Amino acid sequence: MAVTDATSVKLRLQGLYKSFTVDGREVPVLDGVDLYAAEGEFVSVIGPSGCGKTTLLNCVAGLDEPNAGAIELKGSTTERRLGAVGYMPQKDLLLPWRSVLDNAIIGLELMGQPRAEARRRALSLMETFGLAGFEGQYPSALSGGMRQRAAFLRTLLADQEVVLLDEPFGALDALTRSQMQEWLLGLWGDLGKTIVLITHDVEEAVLLSDRVYVLTARPARVKLVVDVDLPRPRHYRMVTDEAFVHLKATLLASLREEGTWG
Amino acid sequence: MGLMVEAKQARPDGVTGVRPSPTLWKLDLSAALWWGLPALIVATLFGLWEAWVRLANVAEWLLPPPSAIFEELGSSRGLLWTHTLVTLQEVLIGFSLALGAGIILAVGIAFSRVVQRSLYPFVIASQTIPIIAIAPLLLIWVGYGTTPKVIVVALISFFPIVVNMVDGLKSVDADMVNMMRTFGASRWQVFTKLQVPSSLPYLFTGVKIGVAVSVIGAVIGEWVGASEGLGYLMTRSIPQFQTERVFAALFILSAMGISLFLLAAVIERLALPWHHTNKVRRVMGES
Repeated sequence: MAVTDATSVKLRLQGLYKSFTVDGREVPVLDGVDLYAAEGEFVSVIGPSGCGKTTLLNCVAGLDEPNAGAIELKGSTTERRLGAVGYMPQKDLLLPWRSVLDNAIIGLELMGQPRAEARRRALSLMETFGLAGFEGQYPSALSGGMRQRAAFLRTLLADQEVVLLDEPFGALDALTRSQMQEWLLGLWGDLGKTIVLITHDVEEAVLLSDRVYVLTARPARVKLVVDVDLPRPRHYRMVTDEAFVHLKATLLASLREEGTWG
Repeated sequence: MGLMVEAKQARPDGVTGVRPSPTLWKLDLSAALWWGLPALIVATLFGLWEAWVRLANVAEWLLPPPSAIFEELGSSRGLLWTHTLVTLQEVLIGFSLALGAGIILAVGIAFSRVVQRSLYPFVIASQTIPIIAIAPLLLIWVGYGTTPKVIVVALISFFPIVVNMVDGLKSVDADMVNMMRTFGASRWQVFTKLQVPSSLPYLFTGVKIGVAVSVIGAVIGEWVGASEGLGYLMTRSIPQFQTERVFAALFILSAMGISLFLLAAVIERLALPWHHTNKVRRVMGES
């Protein structure tokens, strides 16, 4: 799976360095992170708690700028990244005064699409996202899983080629989480998106990804890259397969060496 | 996680009480009691008042019984109505000015550090100066008409509007701002689509406080010098020992304050249906 063809690489990070100044002291968070994701690839990033995974995504999304290193998006390092990368943060961040439908279209609305057309597009996807019948409800009436799917719909409707997911299932209970993972597995095949997922769940990373990056404890560097060559379509049953368990053990061992308790 | 987001929206409001959900079999009785409770308390107080005045033989000019006050409300309704309209007009004009100026000021303060540094101290100072001391000066400056009363009303009611609205605009969730920025939102879009809606519950809190104190402002304005209005009617009635008329004016004033407050609460409920739903859920312990 070593895709390096320059044209098909949608996202490439080279020597990404980022530090914050705390009490006048420079604290490095990212210390030379290299990573790439080719067209249609699903890539996961795992690392110990607090290692700077969210900072990494914030840089890629354009919310933050790295101090050094290059971010190449769709073959260009100059493109303005805000508004050009899909980003789903940890929290669903649904606006409490907007209905589920109007929350889903906010991205399109901000990008200048007429509301009526945006609503039509969103309505056609409500079924796929398990939100049919809840279009007019306020987010406060939804369960955690539904809120997360609504946030996911909001991200995907904006229709970016590269989508970043920051522990999207982290706050859900175990059952809902595995259901969401299966749902995402089924959905992703049809999407043709390039996805970078941040997670602390090794099983989730192996199940969903083509490639997994393990980061060191802060400051974060890429410690290990593992290609997941399990067949697709994947299914939740695979988590007990020998190959799966082996991959999972390799990743866990690597992660455990970092040994910090978040 | 949903809980965290909601906790951020929580504000020290506590204005709208949430009715405890009654079990089915006693629904009717408790509903009647719930709505009748304030009336019951008022009626009891009036009853005690009436009894005290009669049993202790209190002179009517000293403390008139409620029956005399209601009689006055009836027999002098023409006079009272005329003065009520004057006061109500001052309140409505003054409050509208306060609302408009308050919102503009709040937006300025929330968005410009320069405006905040230069104007916020004056906003606060305006509340530390006793309005009652400014009111006579206004007479000298702008004369006896409606204008000085309107100014006093506006001065007294704009403060809670500004302070609450500033808090509302500033307490916006930083993660939500970032979420909108990842969709390429401009600063203006963040303002109109995120900050304004999320500050509206705060604004309504300010409006509810402001509208209640605005009635006080009108009366103060009329006390220091006027030829019409309920405040004027009270100052004219006191030297003549028409105590029942003073009380009649007081009743009307408090009814005006309560009505305006309720009106603001109803508009809030209609304008922000999502907010009410959230509040109920929070209190009921669902999230």
